[in-house]
Amino acid sequence: MSKPKPDKEYSEKVKKVTPNSPIIKDCILAFLVGGAVCTFGELLFKLYSSVPMDEKSAKTLVSISLIVITAILTGIGVYDRIAKHAGAGVAVPISGFANSVCAPAIEYAVEGHVLGTAEKMFTLAGAVIVYGCSLASFYGMIYYFFLGGKI
Amino acid sequence: MKNVVELKNSPCVLSSAACVGKTEGEGPLKDYFDVCYPDDGINQTSWENAESQLLHDAIDTAVNKASLENNNPDIIFAGDLLNQCTSSTYAVRSFNVPFAGLFGACSTMAFSIAMASVFVDGGYVKSAAAATSSHFCSAEKQFRYPLEYGGQRAPSAQRTVTGAASFIIGEKKRNSVFIPRVLFGKVVDFGITDTSNMGAAMAPAAGESIAQFLKETNTKPEDYDLILTGDLGAVGSRLLIDYLKERKNTDISSVHDDCGLLIYDMDTQDVHSGGSGCGCSGVVTASYIMKKMQEKEYKKVLLVGTGALMSPLISLQGESIPAIAHIVEFNR
Repeated sequence: MSKPKPDKEYSEKVKKVTPNSPIIKDCILAFLVGGAVCTFGELLFKLYSSVPMDEKSAKTLVSISLIVITAILTGIGVYDRIAKHAGAGVAVPISGFANSVCAPAIEYAVEGHVLGTAEKMFTLAGAVIVYGCSLASFYGMIYYFFLGGKI
Repeated sequence: MKNVVELKNSPCVLSSAACVGKTEGEGPLKDYFDVCYPDDGINQTSWENAESQLLHDAIDTAVNKASLENNNPDIIFAGDLLNQCTSSTYAVRSFNVPFAGLFGACSTMAFSIAMASVFVDGGYVKSAAAATSSHFCSAEKQFRYPLEYGGQRAPSAQRTVTGAASFIIGEKKRNSVFIPRVLFGKVVDFGITDTSNMGAAMAPAAGESIAQFLKETNTKPEDYDLILTGDLGAVGSRLLIDYLKERKNTDISSVHDDCGLLIYDMDTQDVHSGGSGCGCSGVVTASYIMKKMQEKEYKKVLLVGTGALMSPLISLQGESIPAIAHIVEFNR
């Protein structure tokens, strides 16, 4: 199949006319909201630690709490309104991952619990899982073999 | 051979109807629509069914308004954005009328009116319905992300209109809007790959069709009260005007408008570059434009239905976005 040659003059024109995303505003909001999410996580950690709980369990519980809160906010249709302004501020913390699993799970529920919700649940998060796990294994090996890490 | 099809028997618009969802019903054209649903669910269990119901309602309303001899049109031309044109198929299921499904992406309103007009003009049918629909939620699901996914959209992105429109085209009738000419567009591809900038992908197609139409009919932009593009949005409209000025030596800026800019309040409704989707040109033309033509405020209007013939699958494979623009001329 022959492909058309891109019209360079037109591409330049498109670049000139198309407005850019407000990157400075996006960065400031992402910084503030992302910081707030992490501060909230830290508060939860302090709270759970005060219960008498070991550090590892408290940290796990913080992650679980953020995931549950995100799932609820996604379910009641609030999360996407926050994310529209906060952008990376809520996408980079674990809330972004939780939302990317919950959103398709809700969307495809109408196609059934097995072939809809369960199968489509990872359409967005799949990429994070595949590359996240691959990179974690890779760095884990470097750490173990070259930097004296121990299992 | 000319591409403009001259319709010698002046097929007429017997009636038109537009049904829309919530956001459109809050927009500046709200008083012109036949039905404004208070929520986008349209009392259905899925977005796909909701879109079908909208389209069914639009065809039904238009058919009732036209008060046809045997209650139904002789054929229905309809299409939409969903895979296998499901909205249209399910919408016409209960009509028991011959059906020709069309795919022209967002150009389907102009495309279906052109097909219906040619069929009526040729004397093959006495009346034909032309209809199309789109739905914000079903389009997001198929083309972008799940609704509740939290993402940020590019300023050049457009909002798919939740709405369906239908025209009933019939034989010549006194005192009504008629269609003297139509043009079926060619596929134009300038190598745009950004799926959040559809206006840029479609502008050259609109430019080519408009230039060809004006040349073949030996008319100038000033001969028309309005040259109305389907869904170029703010970015695409500007690109089209510059394209025609720079490459075709034609200035349409004084008579040009875009359905994607008319349907929403661009300042308050947070729709970025404007409206898009099959329903966009459909509901604006079937309601607002037809009303203005009946009141003789507009006497000659060119509807330039613009469509980005993209598939998310092929886009991921790195292909550019081919576009098309069909033209229907309305006279009063």
